[in-house]
Amino acid sequence: MINVLLWAPLAFGLLGLFLPRRAAGPWAVLGSLVTLGIAIGMVAGFDSGSAALQYTESTAWISGLGVDYSLGLDGLNLFLVLLTAVLWVGGITFAAFREYSRPKTFYLLMLMAETATLGAFLAQDLLLFVLFFDFMLVPFYFLFGAWGHDRTGEGGLTASAATLKMIIYTLIGSLLMLVAAIATAILSADGGHITFSIQALQEQGLGHGSQQWIFWFFAAAFLVKMPAFLLHGWMPDAYRAAPLPALVVFSGVLAKVGAYGFLRIVLPLFPDATVEFQEAILLIALASILYGSVMAFTQTNVRLIAGYSSVAQLGFITAGIFALRADGSDGAILQMVNHGLVVAPIFVIVALLVERTGSEDIREMGGMAMRAPVLAALFLIVALATLAMPGSSNFVGEFYILNGLFQEKIVFAFVAISGVAMSAYYALRLYQGAMHNRPASRQGQGLMSREIGVRDALVLVPLVGCIVALSLYPQLILERTAPTVEKTVAKVQGAEAPESRLATK
Amino acid sequence: MNFNEPHIDYAGISPLIALTVGLCVVLLSAVFKPFRRSAPLLTLVTLGAAAGLLIWQWNDPKSLITGALRLDDLAISISLIAILTAAFCVLLSLRERATEEAGSGEYHALLLGSVLGMVLLAASANLVTFFVALETLSIPLYILCATNLRREGSLESGLKYLIVGSIGSATLLYGMAFLYGGTGATNFAGIADGIARNGLDGDPLILIGIAMAAVGLAFKTSIAPFHQWTPDVYQGAPTPITSFMAVATKAAAFAVFLRFFDVALGSQLDSWQPALAALAAISIVVGNVGAIGQDSLKRLLGYSGVAQAGYMLGGVVVASESGTSSLVFYLAAYAFMNLAAFSVIVARERETVFGDDIRAVRGLGAERPALAWPLTISMLALAGLPATAGFIGKLYLIEALVEGDYTWLAVFIAVGTMISLAYYLRVVAAMWMRPERETIPGGTPAIAGAAPEADPVDPEAGRRWYLVGPAVFAAAATVFFGVIPQPLVEFASHAGAALF
Repeated sequence: MINVLLWAPLAFGLLGLFLPRRAAGPWAVLGSLVTLGIAIGMVAGFDSGSAALQYTESTAWISGLGVDYSLGLDGLNLFLVLLTAVLWVGGITFAAFREYSRPKTFYLLMLMAETATLGAFLAQDLLLFVLFFDFMLVPFYFLFGAWGHDRTGEGGLTASAATLKMIIYTLIGSLLMLVAAIATAILSADGGHITFSIQALQEQGLGHGSQQWIFWFFAAAFLVKMPAFLLHGWMPDAYRAAPLPALVVFSGVLAKVGAYGFLRIVLPLFPDATVEFQEAILLIALASILYGSVMAFTQTNVRLIAGYSSVAQLGFITAGIFALRADGSDGAILQMVNHGLVVAPIFVIVALLVERTGSEDIREMGGMAMRAPVLAALFLIVALATLAMPGSSNFVGEFYILNGLFQEKIVFAFVAISGVAMSAYYALRLYQGAMHNRPASRQGQGLMSREIGVRDALVLVPLVGCIVALSLYPQLILERTAPTVEKTVAKVQGAEAPESRLATK
Repeated sequence: MNFNEPHIDYAGISPLIALTVGLCVVLLSAVFKPFRRSAPLLTLVTLGAAAGLLIWQWNDPKSLITGALRLDDLAISISLIAILTAAFCVLLSLRERATEEAGSGEYHALLLGSVLGMVLLAASANLVTFFVALETLSIPLYILCATNLRREGSLESGLKYLIVGSIGSATLLYGMAFLYGGTGATNFAGIADGIARNGLDGDPLILIGIAMAAVGLAFKTSIAPFHQWTPDVYQGAPTPITSFMAVATKAAAFAVFLRFFDVALGSQLDSWQPALAALAAISIVVGNVGAIGQDSLKRLLGYSGVAQAGYMLGGVVVASESGTSSLVFYLAAYAFMNLAAFSVIVARERETVFGDDIRAVRGLGAERPALAWPLTISMLALAGLPATAGFIGKLYLIEALVEGDYTWLAVFIAVGTMISLAYYLRVVAAMWMRPERETIPGGTPAIAGAAPEADPVDPEAGRRWYLVGPAVFAAAATVFFGVIPQPLVEFASHAGAALF
């Protein structure tokens, strides 16, 4: 079952190469729907009371090097897998209603990206994780570079240059992570049999000195991916270059792989270093919240508003994880799903706005709600969810995160709260700028607005439906993640920073 | 009078006999008119026979010719890589201008001579065979580089390689003299004994010998700072020969690097290990930085080869079984990755007027997917991205390095790989991401810069089976061993077990 889930998208993509061009889009939609169906089936069959891995699969892959092909689902990755499946359906369906050149290759790459992302979430072998984590970049490299937008006219980069920048940034982290992963396995084997199994490595443990540098190698990879403040240099160019269907899934899911990596790998494998560097990571997280929020309300390009808001949101999620308390991490997982579900529709809406106004500048938009009330209503729901309106699932997520943070690091929590306030500002600014305030300068010109079409509604309404459903019942996620999260966080709470050890002497 | 007939293990030397006989037959075939066109086929048959005989000897290590040669799995695996590369070279040389100008028989005979040298070198366990094999390998290559008689670049390349190669050989020979002087032995095991017996641990005589031998081998494997010839010679030589040089020479030279340093000089580990590690690090930096901004694909692969040699040297540095295995694995992966790229370059060289300039592959994705995919896979694999043999190779090497306490060199490999993305992905971007090619100049190549080929354009070269076939095969192997690496890992671990 878990194998089918992982490889179904790629299989559909490869088979699609043998179909006529026109069938490529619908076929890809079918592929993503089948994957979604399997994912839903697995969520339904998931034993919510257990903290153990379920649907496990494990065979030796490269026995000489100690690498296993092992997969599994637990509370940490269950809903991220589901999120992946949902957003890919959205992204591919959105693309299928539009014309893309070389469609067969395009959909092959989209589906390949889905397999790679699912692989990163499902992998229970450290090296397999690194492999999928790196491999995710390959399809996106081609999608962004070959189907992206050149921005040389606006003083930006060409699509291929922007993508290259993204690849180099993200691989800087990933390659160091490869070295760190291998070092983890060899150092903790200590001359014995080398294994990369995450569970076995947890039991073996690692010396404190090694944990320190290995922690930063992993953190670098994950923080670049998110992206966190100071490591976000690739983000504006890549977001402006990306074709929108790819960006929907990219911003919705890929950033979460980084945050997920902290929970899956860093906390359980390097508990001492995690405690030691907790405040350093929290500082980076808070800087991301502040910087992302400020940038989100000064940017005028709608893609970048959404992009920088993601930086802020991911900062929030990281802060939740590094509260190192169960409620913080619970909230972080919930918030990962929430953020994926709001950022994807935002990019779909951005695409629709751009199609109607011909510009990505928020100053050129406005007044669209008059002609397109349904679109405006959908947008409003998404915007309110983004700003974590009480009653929304995002509110619950942020509440959990802040709750965890308050109990652990109260100063950090106060700064983080400002992020909540600022998110209200940029979410409403985006909504109002696009939908209401018609700029005076353009008052006389005809309004280039029309209602959302049935086809696009097919993409947008289900996504918004997910937001609403989750707002009504966030327990769906929380009760399934809680057991695993408690187990993970317990690892860290048992660990001690060297200072405290000194203090007891 | 008693005459002791020496025992000769004919089974053991059968691959050498096959290659020698084949060489003579190919050379003579040029003389007889009815066989004039059959040199490529005869060469392939010879290579196939030699490969078959080598595989027959697999897993049956033995010393040959009173210990001058040692045919173990390391020697066999490296020889097989060399033979595979030579077979690719034969296919890529079909209808190559250089082949016709030099005479097909002579060209292929020289190629076989070089392969013979490689097989000898990979098995050599004695200073004399070591040097003789190295020259047998090199001298035909000097000539082959210059076979494109009407191109100045080709002649220059041959001459440059000859001069630099001779300096390398001379340095090596001088180093050997020191080692022989100190230990009184020529075979590798004897040298190790001699060092221990004569109390030469850390003796300046031995150290000078080691240093000079290392420099000589560094010339052959194009390790920086002894790499300066590499880009020029690669660019000037006929492209099929470049591919052969890039892959097979490197493999054979690394085999002897391993055997010489790990067997003969194993006791002097502390003196040469840091030095070789430093050379590896320098190579990684110099190669990767040098490749950035190269417009000629052959030069680009030349510099990339310098960097890759730096990665591979790591396998020698750690002097362990896993180091040796990882090096052999990497060499095999490197062979597939490079051969895919060179096959595409040969095809585009004949098809367009741009020679090996990066413009020759612009828009290839839309125009010739059967060529674009292999080159793409090759570039991604060289950059070490997952799902390719290149990734597994790096994983293997890094694992060996971390195990051998050379984690800093592993970090160097990671950093080098990051830099390398800048130029590997530039090639990929040219194929898939630029707008379609602006114009194809009709007749005269009005371009300056890299390799203005005067070769007649064969507009169908991109469809020829003997060019597309090797490209697709090598790329498929690169992906196959990236997804199912186990067979190649076992192959390599046999080779590693041969030395330790």
